Amino acid sequence: MKRRKLIDQITSGWMLLCLFVVLLIPLVIGLGLVLKSLPILQLYPLSELLNGSDWKPMAGHFGFKPFIVSSLYVTLISFLIAAPVCLLSAIYLTQYARRWLLNLMQPVIDIMAGIPSVVYGVWGILVVVPLVVRLASVWDLKTSGYCILSGGIVLAVMSIPFILNILIEVFQTIPTELKEASLSVGATYWETIKFVLLREGFSGIMAAFGLGISKALGETIAVLMVVGNVVQIPGSPFQAAYPLPALIANNYGEMMSIPMYDSALMFAALILFVIIILFNILARLAINHGEYRC
Amino acid sequence: MSGSIIRIQNLNVSHKGIPILKDINLTISRNKVTVILGPSGCGKTTLLKCMNRLIDIYNGLDISGQIHLDGEEILNRKNDLTRIRQKMGLLSQRPYPLPMSIFDNVAYGLKIQGVRNRTELADRVEYYLKQVNLWPEVVDRLKSPASRLSIGQQQRLCLARGLAVEPEIILADEPTSALDPLSSTCIEEQFMKLKEQYTILIVTHIMRQARRLADHVIFIYLGEIIEQGPPAEIFDNPQHPTTKEYLRVGH
Repeated sequence: MKRRKLIDQITSGWMLLCLFVVLLIPLVIGLGLVLKSLPILQLYPLSELLNGSDWKPMAGHFGFKPFIVSSLYVTLISFLIAAPVCLLSAIYLTQYARRWLLNLMQPVIDIMAGIPSVVYGVWGILVVVPLVVRLASVWDLKTSGYCILSGGIVLAVMSIPFILNILIEVFQTIPTELKEASLSVGATYWETIKFVLLREGFSGIMAAFGLGISKALGETIAVLMVVGNVVQIPGSPFQAAYPLPALIANNYGEMMSIPMYDSALMFAALILFVIIILFNILARLAINHGEYRC
Repeated sequence: MSGSIIRIQNLNVSHKGIPILKDINLTISRNKVTVILGPSGCGKTTLLKCMNRLIDIYNGLDISGQIHLDGEEILNRKNDLTRIRQKMGLLSQRPYPLPMSIFDNVAYGLKIQGVRNRTELADRVEYYLKQVNLWPEVVDRLKSPASRLSIGQQQRLCLARGLAVEPEIILADEPTSALDPLSSTCIEEQFMKLKEQYTILIVTHIMRQARRLADHVIFIYLGEIIEQGPPAEIFDNPQHPTTKEYLRVGH
């Protein structure tokens, strides 16, 4: 009897410990990034770092604006592609499609999520980049194909399995009776989806999109392979860009003898960290707002 | 306005070869309360869902036979489904308020019908909330989410939502099974009041409720109509052995 009680106490202790570790990790990472960025933050004012667009580490110019804009731009493009595709597919799969199609999709989604990002990168170079060149030629635009749009497309394809998976779950948990209630007062199927399902699933949809955006912001290697990596503030989606993760991945470990370079890269990581936190807070707000409304 | 409103002929429903409803022939009288009685899983709900064709959203069902409403064939795919459904208000086992405000729940069907005038909407929402006795409880919080109401209030709201599209028939699928006794009584009282204007079809397995409400009782067992007639006959003098057994165990 005593032994069972003891085990009971130990197990709950274990769980608490694990939870503590999980909570601690982001804090430790965040703190580490702040500490490592301190040297550069003490040398230059924050506004100059964030707003400056001049990137010449050898000359001591550290402007992060091109990287920040690139990251947000690529993420936006990928979101604009992935969000509607996922939403419409999830609605079709859960509301219109036969059971076997949904069953078929589940492993497809799992496989898509499991493909290594470097493979997506190679696919981007071989397929997406030439396609984008051809697309640009329609409007007589000159592009190497290694640009924001290519990065956005590759990212969209990579985030689709994650977003779609959650969305399918969201729509499956909505009770059939709620649909019936709407249909029974004479609503069409589309009206039911528009007024009832999308509203009922609002917070889940926001959570799915939030995850997709976080994933897109942080994805490194596949984007790096197709986005061009030119330090500039990109205007059109056919121009090359240089997102924050690519900056870190391309340069960390090299040219570390340049003063402040190490700290600058850590600061880039910190910026990314903060952007992701901000997006998560936004998504949370949207979710809570939705729950309040319903 | 008397006589039959719904006539069902040779209705068969099966799922992958397993019959759910077998050769149902039925006439439902106008402005009466018809109670469909039977144990769980006997096809009562399926029968109800055939009437407003909600059965369409389930895959893999084979349906044959005819259901005439006012002489119109419901199962005919050419007929306008939304118009047919608006002739019937549905009340399900548990209340499922739509994810919107109390006001919008009642206004939903009206908006679908194309009513845009704000005063007309407000008037009709008020009228139907009063009809289900919910108005005094919600008048000062019409804009708050319907999900914050108690479950009994939600069920009355769902009734108001169904009534708002001015149906001829109310289909109620064990409408009180999730409610406390007080809310159940409240819903039952609504039905007694509503039967002057509407034809009411209630599915239930509660015999006392059937006895209290019914003008006509249909006893279904394993997808077949076993016996039907006025409540006095069914309850006090059942003919079929299955009915006798069900009534004996249920009492």
